[in-house]
Amino acid sequence: MAQSSLSLPRVKEPSSLKNWLGVTPFFLFAILFIALPSIYLVQGSFLNGEGQFTLQNYVDLFTTPLIVEAYKLSIQISAATAIGGGIFGFLLAYSITVGGLPRRLRSALITFSGVASNFAGVPLAFAFIATLGRRGFLTLMLKDNFNIDLYQSGFDLYTFWGLTAIYMFFQFPLMVLVMVPALDGLKREWREAAENLGATYSQYWTRIAFPILLPSILGSMILLFGNAFGAYATAYALTGGRLGIVTIQIGAQIRGDVLHNPGLGYAMAMGMVIIMAVSLAIYSWLQKVSERWLQ
Amino acid sequence: MNLEKRKFRFWSWAWFVLGAIYFIVPLYATLRHSLRMERDVIGFKAYVRAFEDADFWETFLLSNALAVATIIASVILIVPTAYWIRLRLPQARRITEFITLLPFVIPAIILVFGLIRTYSSPIGIPFTGIEFFQPLTTTKLGTYALITAGYMVLAMPYMYRSVDTGMRTVDIRTLTEAAQSLGAGWFTIVTQVILPNVRSALLSGALLTFAIVVGEVTLASFLGVDAFGPYLFLIGQHRAYEPAALSFVTFLLTWVAMGLIQLSTGGQGQAAGAH
Repeated sequence: MAQSSLSLPRVKEPSSLKNWLGVTPFFLFAILFIALPSIYLVQGSFLNGEGQFTLQNYVDLFTTPLIVEAYKLSIQISAATAIGGGIFGFLLAYSITVGGLPRRLRSALITFSGVASNFAGVPLAFAFIATLGRRGFLTLMLKDNFNIDLYQSGFDLYTFWGLTAIYMFFQFPLMVLVMVPALDGLKREWREAAENLGATYSQYWTRIAFPILLPSILGSMILLFGNAFGAYATAYALTGGRLGIVTIQIGAQIRGDVLHNPGLGYAMAMGMVIIMAVSLAIYSWLQKVSERWLQ
Repeated sequence: MNLEKRKFRFWSWAWFVLGAIYFIVPLYATLRHSLRMERDVIGFKAYVRAFEDADFWETFLLSNALAVATIIASVILIVPTAYWIRLRLPQARRITEFITLLPFVIPAIILVFGLIRTYSSPIGIPFTGIEFFQPLTTTKLGTYALITAGYMVLAMPYMYRSVDTGMRTVDIRTLTEAAQSLGAGWFTIVTQVILPNVRSALLSGALLTFAIVVGEVTLASFLGVDAFGPYLFLIGQHRAYEPAALSFVTFLLTWVAMGLIQLSTGGQGQAAGAH
């Protein structure tokens, strides 16, 4: 009985099963190169040294100082560059859309944002060493011309602030790219209506435009957070693994079991995937909220 | 009102100039550094040195070959899938979109972690002793296949979205019916009718994939592939001026790729990430 009622929908539409055959290669690829590797990590994270089921690895995530520190540093850098890059990227996107700058600057900035948000990894790290390293162009220029010694005043490219400055180079251009369509979605009628009712330009912004844009701004910042959180190559090229963010620690774990517990390494990777998944979920939810107004 | 607007416009210019400085200064510093290999002379010696290195050409060509392989394999995988879903299988749209978003949740470092652990042991049916493949990571060809698959995963969100957007603008149903009434089979329809109609969308996806793959370092270094990314990292440890020269060249290449995307789509830029 149960079996026949289960197979009923298929009988109704005989061609549907055949149709699914057409997408088999794609799903097979996804299973082989996305699902299987993920399952391997998930499964490993629940196993102890003897291959038995355990939750201990996830408990250890919160008690192993090395891992806690790594997550703390990664979250700090990602949050700092998401908020800083988000605010600055929004202001830039504002200036080239509704801010009244010439149209040519708009397309120049968008192209450049496309380049900068893709210019990352090793070359980006080298570019910043040439700029803000101990013998970097900007470091020397500030010292010689303005008598500002960055490194005396506590700045170091190879620490939190240095990496934050570097990540900003691809963070705010990404913000520009995602915010420009949202700002373009602000309707002229809204401003005209506000003006007709006697609102000033800044009243229009604080009472109408900004509240409409807010979900989109917050969502984009969360996107930037995930973008920085998953970054590996730039930090590795800069410090060769000395700055212990999560991705660097996972890299060390892949090369040789530095945690002396493979399961804990897998749990650390899963923790990262969970954070990324939550950010993406919040992002797509906020995008949906903002689509109510901005098309 | 007018005065207030002018104030806003002043700030627009201020932000724009600040942004431009942030963009330009690191690039200028890199260029400046790369031109100063010889004491008190501005010249291209670092570039000459960098291009003289046989390892540079070997790794750079390998990265380009991997990029081309990734693009071709992605097109073969994604174009028929996106076409089929639009034509016959709209109910698979949500799950496919979900899959193409997964690479955003699984960063490159996690992907390579999983790929290495999965494919460094023989592939077969568990508990039966039946093996289909030797471990992929033990042979050169297997490693290249594995890294290409990894790059396809990284590029999938951009490739799929470009192709799908391209198909939205052409009426694939009518095109298919017209081709079928002329007696074309599925293979002919996809290669001769659908593919040419989405080529500008494909071009932007392909260029973005190219920009991701050529400088990629995470997958390449963990899988032990001697690609351009790991090479650049390596000479960065030993040399002072050549890395700056090659970084600047990489930047120019990225710029060319993005500029071509702008030309081919005439619209918004796209962002990927090999950060």
